[in-house]
Amino acid sequence: MSLSVQLLWLIPALPLLAAVVGTLAPRGEFKLSASTAIAALTLSFLLSCGALITALADPSAHLTSNFTWFDLGHGAVRLGWLLDPLTALMCVMVTFVGLLIFVFSTGYMRDDANAKQFFCFLSLFAAAMLGLIIANSLLLLFVCWELVGLASYLLIGFWFHKPEAAAAAKKAFITTRIGDLGLLLGLLWLYDSTGTLLLYDEGQGVLDPVVLAGLGGSTAIGLLIFCGAVGKSGQFPLHVWLPDAMEGPTPVSALIHAATMVAAGVFLMARVFPLLTPDALIVIAFTGAITALLGALIACAQSDLKRILAFSTVSQLGYMMLAIGVGSWVAAIFHLLTHAFFKALLFLGAGSVIHAAHHEQDIRALGGLRGPMKTTFVTFAIGMMALAGVPFLFSGFWSKEAVLHAAHGWGFSQIPFYAGLVAVVLTAFYMTRLVAEVFFGHPRGNGAAHAHENTAAMTLPLGLLAACTILLGAIGTPWWPWLQRTLDPEFLSEPGGAGLMATSIVLVALGLGAGWALYGRKLRQKSAAADPLAVIAPRAFAFLAARMKFDKLYAATFGRLSDTLAACADALDRHVWDGVVRLLARLGRFTGLVNREADEEGLNAGFDATSESIRATAKAYSRAHTGDAHGYLLMIAFGFVVLVFAVLVGGGR
Amino acid sequence: MSGLPLLSALVIAPWAGAALLALLRGASPRTCRLVALAFSLSTLVLAALALAAFDPARTTPQLVERHVWITALNVHYHLGLDGLSLVLVLLTGVIGPVALMASWRTARSRLFGALLLALQGSALGVFLALDFFHWFLFWELSLVPAFFLIKLWGGTGATRAAYQFVVYTISGSAFMLVAFAAIFAATGSLDFQQLAQLGADGSLAAKLGVDGARLVFLGVLLGLAVKAPLWPLHTWLPSTYAEAPTGVSMFLTAVMSKMGVYGFLRILWPLFPQQLHDSAPWLLLLALGGVVLGAWAALRQTDLKRMLAYSSLNHVSYCLLALFAVAHATGRPGLSSEAATAALAGTILQMFNHGLSAAALFCCIGVLESRAGGKRGLHDFGGVRTAAPIFAGLCGVALFSSLGLPGLNGFVGEFLIFRGVFGLNPGVAAVACLGLLGTAMFLLTFWQRVFHGPRGGAATVAFGDVRGIELASLAPLVVLMIALGVAPQLLLRLINPLVTSWAGHLVLP
Amino acid sequence: MSLSSLQLCLLFSSALFCLGLMAALSRSNTILVLLGVELMLNAANVNFIAFWRYGPNPEAATGVVFVLFAIAVAAAEAAVGLALVIAIYRHQKNIRLQEATRLKG
Repeated sequence: MSLSVQLLWLIPALPLLAAVVGTLAPRGEFKLSASTAIAALTLSFLLSCGALITALADPSAHLTSNFTWFDLGHGAVRLGWLLDPLTALMCVMVTFVGLLIFVFSTGYMRDDANAKQFFCFLSLFAAAMLGLIIANSLLLLFVCWELVGLASYLLIGFWFHKPEAAAAAKKAFITTRIGDLGLLLGLLWLYDSTGTLLLYDEGQGVLDPVVLAGLGGSTAIGLLIFCGAVGKSGQFPLHVWLPDAMEGPTPVSALIHAATMVAAGVFLMARVFPLLTPDALIVIAFTGAITALLGALIACAQSDLKRILAFSTVSQLGYMMLAIGVGSWVAAIFHLLTHAFFKALLFLGAGSVIHAAHHEQDIRALGGLRGPMKTTFVTFAIGMMALAGVPFLFSGFWSKEAVLHAAHGWGFSQIPFYAGLVAVVLTAFYMTRLVAEVFFGHPRGNGAAHAHENTAAMTLPLGLLAACTILLGAIGTPWWPWLQRTLDPEFLSEPGGAGLMATSIVLVALGLGAGWALYGRKLRQKSAAADPLAVIAPRAFAFLAARMKFDKLYAATFGRLSDTLAACADALDRHVWDGVVRLLARLGRFTGLVNREADEEGLNAGFDATSESIRATAKAYSRAHTGDAHGYLLMIAFGFVVLVFAVLVGGGR
Repeated sequence: MSGLPLLSALVIAPWAGAALLALLRGASPRTCRLVALAFSLSTLVLAALALAAFDPARTTPQLVERHVWITALNVHYHLGLDGLSLVLVLLTGVIGPVALMASWRTARSRLFGALLLALQGSALGVFLALDFFHWFLFWELSLVPAFFLIKLWGGTGATRAAYQFVVYTISGSAFMLVAFAAIFAATGSLDFQQLAQLGADGSLAAKLGVDGARLVFLGVLLGLAVKAPLWPLHTWLPSTYAEAPTGVSMFLTAVMSKMGVYGFLRILWPLFPQQLHDSAPWLLLLALGGVVLGAWAALRQTDLKRMLAYSSLNHVSYCLLALFAVAHATGRPGLSSEAATAALAGTILQMFNHGLSAAALFCCIGVLESRAGGKRGLHDFGGVRTAAPIFAGLCGVALFSSLGLPGLNGFVGEFLIFRGVFGLNPGVAAVACLGLLGTAMFLLTFWQRVFHGPRGGAATVAFGDVRGIELASLAPLVVLMIALGVAPQLLLRLINPLVTSWAGHLVLP
Repeated sequence: MSLSSLQLCLLFSSALFCLGLMAALSRSNTILVLLGVELMLNAANVNFIAFWRYGPNPEAATGVVFVLFAIAVAAAEAAVGLALVIAIYRHQKNIRLQEATRLKG
């Protein structure tokens, strides 16, 4: 059964449909929503397997199916689907891990009032991630990329009545958006220089050699795209949102940290790998190395079960970026795939513990769960050993070896390689600490004391994931690098990594031994007791426990800057621009006042005075009217006489 | 379609409704608002007819009506419809009824309905007129109903806000009127198409003289910049939007601010390409100021309506940014006409999209206000999502549309604008990205404070979910947001030939 | 020096006029003032007749017509005057002209 590329859209469409159905379902229809979501994702998984079969028929081919989204100018903006082994493998991984997480969630979220919504969001999350994977257009990829961001926002803030969850969701969205803006600018730049955002388009796509050859400014474009990956994949310096994202329900953490969100960044870099110039790769490699080391260091001093795992994710993502930076995107994808399984396993195991221990997730208050939760313990231990890189049996070992091997072979610098080696020790160390604190000893809290194994809905996914964690390593061993050859047909396996492998085995043993020496030999008795590390180096421990104070640093710099800018913008408005307007208004009023005064005092006063004097004259005249008829007659007579005289003297004419 | 003067009908129908309402003395409140709604919906129906008769491939105005009006002044009654007008007429057709329904309780008053219809009629007149004479008539006429709507049904500071709004806008238009008097004196014509031809071949500037052209350009710019608004001429906007009743705020932000942007595209740019090009560096700075400082000023607001007002400033500034970038690049050798097309298409799309999302957000604030007895502070609520999940969902869609989430309408317009501006002026696009970040910050802060967290403030007590009429006003907007986000072709189909021809004729006289 | 008939007539009318004026100015009884006024009017009438009779065109009866009109008007005026006198009397219980000053401005 194979799936043609034209039908590839069905893979994300089914979960999306499930999300819509779930949204429109009446409240409390938890069963309907969950079963739709699981059914849709199962179908998607089957379709993905079909797609994998299609892709494996010719691993070097990039099958595409493009279509017009909308007309623009004389051309059009086009989107499309892409099917190659990378897409197909990612689809299979996301749908399979996602499916197990969905099943696990039916047990974990059973009692939540909003469980119906939870499955809608999960489906949306899966749909967005699958859309991102199958996109043959960076624009479509960006669309899905942002939808992944939206879904993670909704899921991290799922328990939104908790202020911390709401704040964490916002932080995740804003932090990743900072990276996304870089990505957006990178896409715009790319679009502007090539005129297309399609990855493969019959020789005209951005990843087709002809276009790649004619591309200028590629380093900057690559780095801007990398900004997006930094945000989404929790790389230094934008890693701060990842640990906070633990506020979401644990299956969400599993989904974010294993299958979907953080994988998106690594996937993107692997996808656009041909675009990256050597200069850009150097930046990526060092960013990855710093992140790997930083995450591992901070993880050593955390006491929250989920936060330890979160920082381990940060560290592992660093590995993947490092692999991309040193030029081996194949190793990065290998590690991404194995990590998806064992990290999902670890998170679901943590979820199982948390669910059983009545939402107690402080490792100091847990303990002794080995007895009552056998399945969880065994599977968790398998995941822990895979993550720590315990040799040969576990997939994590092989993929980590591939990464280290690639880093060792990098010509530019060996620093990332050494950083990776240090992180190996640290990883083994903190995972040992975690397992010793949670599963050994005796219960130190109320939650742990009454814990018992969960239902099959939760343990079954754990078992399946554990099996995959063990088996998956087989596909990429140096003796049979099937995965590498499938992803990159030109892959050359270089044997002779035996010395390196021996070194890392020693380092893993060192980490495990140190962890056991500190935490396993003398088990914690009371939850309030100080951490052995804190006893050895209290200040360093406190610094790491405070997550190297990145949050404080950002709050003091960017947060303050933003606040200042906001205050300035507001003050500018309130005082300066509004002030100008008020000044103009006052000027207008002043002019009016002047006008009125001029009218009253100048013009009107003149008229008033004239009319007043006329009236006074008239009064004077009227006083001559005495009413005395004799007087009048006399005057007439007098006048008559004067007239006569005038006539006589003047001569008549 | 020669029989029915469709465009005249479009303009006249709301006015007729207003007149009818004025005559319906003693009618019941129920009848009054149904009549108002019916006439308000007429725009949508007639616009749909116009859409059917419209041929997107032609870039000249269609369904033209041109009659001699005042011979002595060479004034013609001239209406015409091109892609730009059609998009805005459709927007008015959607927003008019929705705004009326958002103020359904207030709409029981006969006068309210009549004034809102008059406002709608003026806006349509502005979007369809092709002669400055009646264009300006409608432009100014729109202030009268707006003034009374704000003053009579507004909040506590409504009187002051109404005066400020009207005086501010009128002072801008006064300059524009003088400018057009000068244009008329120089050319003897007020017809936009004739003037655009004169502008394109440079004879308008030649007739006005160098300084004259500059002054006239400034006059027109002032009139339009106040209305749009262009930063820093926006200070009337927060108080006006904040004090106006819900439906009026919706109409003001969705439609009236578009009148300003429309003026930029229809008048200023075609008439004064050279002058706009010359002043574009400064104008770009101002538009950037609107984008960035608008977003950050919004971050500082505690009154939700003021916050949205600043977000409107931010969003409208994107439109102006794109236009100015195009004007700035005009005449540059090697100008990418694809980038210019994208910028212009994005501008028009953004006008429509902002209309939808801003109106929906104001409508949501109206719902919050009605539940909280008039309170609309950022800290007056908490946990509304627990209390009213459907309302929260609708508001969430509007909010994410406003912050440009892909899959919703806001993204496509902003992407095209950024695509265009980046192609024309990468530095400006990079700085404008800050605006996107700021928008996300304040909108999510709003969402977090009001909808998340434990129930608090006004949401502590009974807080009903959306009811019939509120749903009726929000749902169409939300549906349109999703539809246009998935299929922007629906709108772009109408404007693409137009903007392509604009971008193909980017030359300085 | 011998006077012509016209001159004699004019001398007579002048005397009559002066008599009337004197009466009008000196008497305080309103009726007597009116009488004086009538005398002056009649002096004018005599002048009309004299200039007509001794004028260049005595055939046309112009002077007589004038005088007839003047007499008619004088009669009417006297009637009005007497009516006013009666009105004044009603108000101030006498007809002394000096006291009838109510029309002053």
